[in-house]
Amino acid sequence: MAKRTIVTDYLARVEGEGAMTVQLDGDRVEHVELRIFEPPRFFEAFLRGRSFREAPDITARICGICPVAYQTSAVNAIESLCGVEIPEPIRLLRRLLYCGEWIESHALHVYMLHAPDFLGYQSAIELARDAPEAVERGLALKRTGNDVMSLVGGREIHPINVRVGGFYRVPTRRELHALVEPLERARAAAIETVQWTAGFDFPERVVDCELVALSDPGEYAIERGRIHSSRGLDLAPSEYDEHFEELHVERSNALQSQLRGGGTYLCGPLARYSLGFERLSPLARDAATQAGLGAECRDPFRSIVVRSVELVYACDESLRLIEEYEEPDRPSEPVEPVAGTGYGVSEAPRGLLYHRYRLDADGTILDAKIVPPTSQNQLAIEDDLRDVVARNTRLDDDALRGLCEQTIRNYDPCISCATHFLDLQVNRK
Amino acid sequence: MSRTIVIGVGNRLRGDDGAGVAVAERLSERTSPDVEVVACSEEPSRLMDAWEGAESVVLVDTVSSGAPPGTIHRFDAGAEAVPARTFRSSTHAIGIAETIELARALGRLPHRVRVYGVEAGGFTTGADLTPAVEAAVTSLVEAVLQDLEEERCTSVR
Repeated sequence: MAKRTIVTDYLARVEGEGAMTVQLDGDRVEHVELRIFEPPRFFEAFLRGRSFREAPDITARICGICPVAYQTSAVNAIESLCGVEIPEPIRLLRRLLYCGEWIESHALHVYMLHAPDFLGYQSAIELARDAPEAVERGLALKRTGNDVMSLVGGREIHPINVRVGGFYRVPTRRELHALVEPLERARAAAIETVQWTAGFDFPERVVDCELVALSDPGEYAIERGRIHSSRGLDLAPSEYDEHFEELHVERSNALQSQLRGGGTYLCGPLARYSLGFERLSPLARDAATQAGLGAECRDPFRSIVVRSVELVYACDESLRLIEEYEEPDRPSEPVEPVAGTGYGVSEAPRGLLYHRYRLDADGTILDAKIVPPTSQNQLAIEDDLRDVVARNTRLDDDALRGLCEQTIRNYDPCISCATHFLDLQVNRK
Repeated sequence: MSRTIVIGVGNRLRGDDGAGVAVAERLSERTSPDVEVVACSEEPSRLMDAWEGAESVVLVDTVSSGAPPGTIHRFDAGAEAVPARTFRSSTHAIGIAETIELARALGRLPHRVRVYGVEAGGFTTGADLTPAVEAAVTSLVEAVLQDLEEERCTSVR
């Protein structure tokens, strides 16, 4: 059989600039690569020499979709180093802000970026012509997430209200109460979203790599937790570097993560769900069960259903947090710098987000390391692509390309977040 | 009564990205009370809410299409699609061109949609508008006022 090469020069419906190449020799998959050519962004270098208090505002700029994730991992790292105990009302307010981000990000991906793949449309605009009520539902959900971020974070993109130690200003109970009605509507829309996505056609897929997600005994882990895996890892954030490493491959401006010594792992909604199902709210668990999901889901194509279940959870949890909200005595705790290294993690919408900062005694950042979920998932995406292609070599080039792109979008890659390597190589002749 | 709204999109803190908002600010002092003038983020449902119920909308945004700085691009989006390439703001966000097409598909696009794009010269943080864009903003304010005036005459007739 002839050799063929399937190429997508510019991946649509993902955040950032990337491309894909698949080379086949007959039925044999010779080569698969996800190329990330979005330019490197040097955020870790920008942080050097800046005050530790600036970390949440600088790192928020890494992403317009998940700035709260960056802010949260940054403050977690610095507060743990500086020995600050964050009072529970402030932690819960951060969790509410983070739920807003999950709602906004998941609604965007499910409706605008991913659903068109399953329904045979090139874009959400085409989908909107045939299914306006579905797209309206998605827009309303996203908007509600944005509204939570605006109210708690001060604005919807790159919130300005997060600081090391807490917030600049905390909302009153009355202010938060304004979100109850929209969130109740959003929660109902999220349940409809689960039912809608569960009705899509799914190719049967199972990935068997290690799943990695944060875990917290009392809650579905979002803004804090220990690093757990399906093969028994149970790590403090400070142990991350001992178990995971980042490699630079030439084709990608993003570093690729792997388990130290080799090994692909997956983070994100499938990992969170499979490791934390029992800690979802009863409503979210019911929605999942009715959609035919078990307590574990290793099918990347069904990640759209899992994201929808997380939408239900994030709305449900936001309502609980608002109901139980007590205004903190003060918006933030004083934080004095401590020389040393701080480690912080949280669950960005796309998965585990790790930050590490080394500070000197006056709080100047000496170096920083940021590992976003898309870097961690790159190997899993390529493995999955290789397998999907091997099982579908009978498809013609266009159909195979479409299936490969869908496979990549199953992971909701945020390419802009992932491009951060510092080792810039210039070849001149 | 038909409602008209002028929407400026952009960020005042990023040099010429503030052109749309600058046009809105200057227009708000000079338009008649029946014309609403707002600055808005390009979050799609916020834009759609802003023009909900309006008969006519004027959108002003900054573009980066390769034309000389200060060039004013004009599109009649009520009649034709706006080139997404010209208004492509970010791979992270749904830009105004996509929002217009989404609204059209959802039946949420006002009858008249005029879109002005001001070609940017620079996006330096904290900078004022560059001279070419400053001049473009000044002439665009007059152009939009004239549009609104013509519209009023048409609707009176």
